[in-house]
This record gives sequence, structure tokens and C-alpha cells, in this order.
Amino acid sequence: MATTTPDQPDLYAPREPIFPRRVSGRFRNLKWVLMAITLGIYYITPWIRWDRGPNLPDQAVLVDLAGRRFFFFWIEIWPHEFYFVAGLLIMAGLGLFLFTSALGRVWCGYACPQTVWTDLFILVERWVEGDRNARLRLHRQSKWTLRKARLRLTKWVLWLLIGLATGGAWVFYFTDAPTLLRDLFTLQAHSAAYITMAILTLTTFAFGGFAREQICIYACPWPRIQAAMMDEDTITVAYRDWRGEPRGKHRKVSEEGLGDCIDCMACVNVCPMGIDIRDGQQLECITCALCIDACDDVMTKIGKPRGLIDYLALSDEPAERAGKAPTPIWRHILRPRTMIYTALWGLVGLGLVFALFIRADIELTVAPVRNPTFITMSDGTVRNVYDIRLRNKQGDARPFHVTVTGDPALRIVLEGASDATVTVGPDSTRLQRVYVDAPATSAPAQAERSEIRFWVEDLSNAERASEASVFNGRDNR
Amino acid sequence: MKKRDVETTGHEWDGIEELNNPLPRWWLWVFYATIVWGIGYTIAYPAWPGIRSATAGVMGWSTRANIAEDIAAATAANAEITARLAETPLTEIAADPVLDGFARNSGGAVFRTWCAQCHGSGAAGAKGYPNLLDDEWLWGGSIEAIHESIQHGIRNDQSDMARYSEMPAFGEILEDDEIDQVVNYVMSLSGEPREADLVAAGGDVFADNCSACHGAAGEGDQSLGAPNLSNAVWLYGGDYETIRHTVEYSRYGVMPAWQDRLSDAEIAAVATYVHGLGGGE
Repeated sequence: MATTTPDQPDLYAPREPIFPRRVSGRFRNLKWVLMAITLGIYYITPWIRWDRGPNLPDQAVLVDLAGRRFFFFWIEIWPHEFYFVAGLLIMAGLGLFLFTSALGRVWCGYACPQTVWTDLFILVERWVEGDRNARLRLHRQSKWTLRKARLRLTKWVLWLLIGLATGGAWVFYFTDAPTLLRDLFTLQAHSAAYITMAILTLTTFAFGGFAREQICIYACPWPRIQAAMMDEDTITVAYRDWRGEPRGKHRKVSEEGLGDCIDCMACVNVCPMGIDIRDGQQLECITCALCIDACDDVMTKIGKPRGLIDYLALSDEPAERAGKAPTPIWRHILRPRTMIYTALWGLVGLGLVFALFIRADIELTVAPVRNPTFITMSDGTVRNVYDIRLRNKQGDARPFHVTVTGDPALRIVLEGASDATVTVGPDSTRLQRVYVDAPATSAPAQAERSEIRFWVEDLSNAERASEASVFNGRDNR
Repeated sequence: MKKRDVETTGHEWDGIEELNNPLPRWWLWVFYATIVWGIGYTIAYPAWPGIRSATAGVMGWSTRANIAEDIAAATAANAEITARLAETPLTEIAADPVLDGFARNSGGAVFRTWCAQCHGSGAAGAKGYPNLLDDEWLWGGSIEAIHESIQHGIRNDQSDMARYSEMPAFGEILEDDEIDQVVNYVMSLSGEPREADLVAAGGDVFADNCSACHGAAGEGDQSLGAPNLSNAVWLYGGDYETIRHTVEYSRYGVMPAWQDRLSDAEIAAVATYVHGLGGGE
């Protein structure tokens, strides 16, 4: 049943270097545009200013870890509102499901940082060392001449500078960017900033310059997950082998029996993953579509129709083989699965927007002090103690008036305050101990439990918030 | 279609072949690097267990030393405000928000460490151990009085200045019916409806035996630690049996002196904390 061979195959393989050739075409242009947009967003965002008044930072996007605030233009997220971030992550997840089921691995091919930065690094590499053939020659040249050393050194320095800019931009998201930039240069920034920058510089350098496709193939779980999310209607990069095969060298006069593929290897030479798309769907393929550009270029030159390698749905193969018209692209994309994903995505998004608009500027949380459950004062008054957290989400200090309802006999005393009004600082929380007293003969003092409600009113704009709690009476012992 | 030839391991079961997709070589290097790192780590840090302890590691790192360092650092960081707390007159602490906040927080920690055993973690006390949350004080509820009670304690042998008073055991002094009368009278003081004859007779017994310390109307005397008997707060309990037990056998609550066990600043802090629990005068 089982057969064994005497010579064991090697379990480890050295990496085969890949030297993608330059290519031009519509997908390459699209990728340049997307690279400019994504890198632009990443590098420029921390420098956008947004005026929030004198007490709050003026950086449009800021993750203030020390102050536990997240600022995004006009939105400010407090730690207890982290569900907004959770909601955004759910939307990101559903968005990936949607795009993957409709268009395959477009995330991998166009927007993934690994792809974008690798693309940028390859651009620098080509600019310094030349195109594929020149780089291959340089790679195979075993002797380290002055020229090779100079080219390699230039490339590495440029890569390191890009890495430094990448790590540098990252830390700007966490503190005031202009201040940090000055501190970085005057060597006064926090060591965490330098360490983070160093780590991100080196990982960018290593991942974009050397690891490249290895990250996608060995380190990233996404290719495996995505394979499960694609189906036969998914638009993906594929080779029309029914049109191209059998492949053969191009002659001036087309030979009988040969397909359109002239086996020029253009699609293989431009591939940043080092695969042959003509082998069919592969784990390694990130659907960057550069092979489409390369092949279209060749097809145009030899006077054949474009699209030998193309974005297509695999379910169209039988129709195309039979020479019939394939299903229109929109019919592939608009199908129940993608519509359900879109609906869910939109639902979560609408929910978040709704939650954002009904957020109150003042909030309170009541924590009854239950050690002990109640206190008997010398005149028989029953006292309950509560710790109330008053949150003022506005950019200036506000006077908060605290009251209690539930029984007219209840009296409220705020610790350290002469009346029931305290000032809560800008964009902050105040922990206020509150005593609620019920005179000896009043109903709440006699009863076991009474429902009460704490109200807080912002005296400057009459906005109110409330939270229910319980008053324990003497019958509770 | 020409398929890429994938090497197989040569294993085949029922026509299913095992493909060989080798790992990249650098992956193996990373594995070896983690082993080297792991060995270095166990040399640098405490790691290998022995009979009584583990190897110490050449870095001399230990969690105990870390905690000692952290405590020393916290003490050093608080040195200035701690000194200020010890020097500031008790009644002036509240006027300084920073000092007051420090005193309340550090006093709370002192309370939960040294006082909570008797007075409870929420300071609600227990039978025989005063509730510190209400406004009834045996020896005074001003911050100075509270401070003195903590510093010297009550009815102890540790401090010469300990607060001291002793109620006689009236079981040996009064007749049984006199005790019954005075208990009824004491209960009536806080508004409890009792039999009028017993209360009237008890009033006379009270005036003769109790009013010297507890006051003519049972209002108590903080200079003697004599409890107010006319309000709603009872240290041992306000029912007939408990009060009768108190009259017959007396009570002798003891609190240790903290002057030798806590620093001046700690005593000031815990006094501020107790004073701020809601009943302070």
C-alpha cells in the first residue's frame, strides 16, 4: 500500500529570488494611483490640524493612549465607547468578506501594506539597479565590485529611509506630531518613540526589501481564509487556457493547432510572487493583475485580442469554451451572497452612525457603596452612599447639578460641596461621593428597598442625564 | 495544461500522494535562533528549578527586588508630601486639595491595612466596634479628637495618654427590678414606647446611678467616652437583652495605641480619612 523512496527529499528550500520586470498598462496605472493614495493617507494624516478649543489637542487623528482618548476629526471616543472601534472592525471584516467574494483577493493585490510597500521597494530597486535583466546580472555576479557595492548600498540606504519615514509616521498618530518631530530631532522624545520607530524601520526594511512574497506565502493567514471565501462566481485573475493552449512560439504565419499563448513568459517575468498564472489558481497569487497588463501588451503586439489573461469568473469557462457569451460581470458581482454582505455592512454602519448621533455630552454612572448597605445616623436618619462618575465630554469645564428622585423625603449631600452642584473639568470624569439621606419616619427609611433615580443637569445648557439605582432602608438589616 | 511539477515525498496511500512543499530555509534559521535565545534567556534570568529554589540568573533579576525597588521609589516620590502632611496642622489639611486628596487616599490604605480588622473594610464597625460612618462619636468626632483616639488608643496599657473610662457592673450594685426599670427608661430615651410605670421608676435609678457620666437626659459625655443613650445609634445593640447585659456586666472596649506602630503622617492620613467618611464633625 505504502511506497517509500530511498532518497528523502529536502524539507527546506532556499528562497528563489524574484526579479519582477517593469510593466505598464491600466492595472499598473491603477496600482500607482492607489499606492499614492494609501501612502498619502498614511503619511499626511497625522499632520492634519483640527481645532477643538483650548483644552483639547488640535490633531485631527490622534490616539491619546495616556489620556485614553481617540480623536478622529469631529469625533472623540472615550474608553467606554470602545464599541465604536469594535463596530468599525466588524465593518472591516464584513468589507473584506464582500470584496473577497466579489472580486477575489483585491485587498492583497492593491491595498495590503505588504503589497504597497513591496511595490514601492521594487520601484526603488529598479530605479537604482535597473530592470529585471540588469538586476539578474547583478545578482549572479558573485564578485563584489565597487559598482555592485555602490548600487546595493544606495538601494539599502533608500529602503532604510523609507522604513524610517514609515516608522516615523506611525508614532505621529500617538502624540502631537509637530512637537514630536521637534523632540525627535533634538533627541528629547520618549524612548518608546525611538524604539517603535526602530522596530518599524527594520521590519519595513526586512519585509519590503527581503521577505516580500514570503510574508504572503508563509506568514499571512489571509490567503488561506480567502480561499474559503471565493466561489466560482468570484471575479479573479485567470488564464483562458481554452484560448491559449496548446502554447507555442509565435510565427509570422499562424500555425495550425496552436493557441494564442506564445509562451513568451511575460506574465511570469512581471509576477512579484514568482508564479506562473497559467498553472491556474494558486495560493501564492495576490491578484495584482500585472500579468494581465503584460499579456495584453504582447497580444496587442502580435495582433491577437487582449484578455488571454484577464479578470474573469471561473463559472464562465464552459460558456467560453463553447464559444458562447459569458455572463456579464455585474451578474457575477450582484448575487445574493454579496448583497447579504453589503446589507450587513450597511446595517452595522448605520447602527454606528445612529449611535454616534444619539451620544450624550454628559453622562453618569452610579455605583452604590454596599459596604455597609445603609448607615443609621444618630437622629435615626437612614443614609445610603453612592459613588457617582460624572462625565463631561465637552471641551470646557461645566457646572453639574446632581439631584435624586424617587421620594420627596430624600435629601442629597455631595461630599466636599456646599450645595448639590460640582464643576467637572473639560473632557474629563469626576468621581463624586454622594450621600442620600432619608429621615427616620420617611417611607424609604422604613422600606426594604426603594427605586430611586439620579439626575445630573448641565446648568450651562440644561442638558440632562439620569441613571436608576436603589435605596436600602432600615428593613434591610 | 502544463502543470508545475511538484516534488512528492514519495509517500502514497491509495493513490493519494504527499506533496513536498518545503519550508523556506530561513524559517529553519529562525527556529534555531529561538533555541539560542531560549538558552541565553535561561542563563540571564531565573529559570531552572532546583530543590529549594531556581537558578538565579546572571542578571540578578527578581520580582521581590523589583517590588522593593518600586516601594522605595514610591516612598521617595511621596517623601515631600508625606513630610508636609506630618507638619500641617490637622484642621488645615482640608484647605489644601492636593494634601487632602493624598491624605484621604493614603489614609484609606492605612485603614484597610490596620483598622479594617475591627472596624470593617467599609468602616461600618460591628457589635462593640464603633461604626465610623455615622455622626455618633464616643470620644469626639472632630479631626483632633479622632487623631488622638488613633494615636493613643482606648483603655490600653500601651500609652499613658490612652483614653480611659470604666462603667461599673451594676449587676452587683442594683437590685434586679431596678435594673429592669433603668433598662426600660434607657430604651424610652430614644423614643421606644415602654411601660410608663417602669420608665418613671427607671428615671430615678438613672438619675442616681447613670446621669453622672451619661448626662441628665442620657445625652452622653464625650470627655468620658460615655455614649449618648438618647439617639438611634447603639454600639452593642438597642434591644432589651443587650442593654440589660450592658447594665449588669458593663462593657470594656479596647483599642490599641498606634503612635508606635504608624508614622505621624500615617496617623494624620488615617484621621483625615475617618473624618471624611461622612460623619466627621
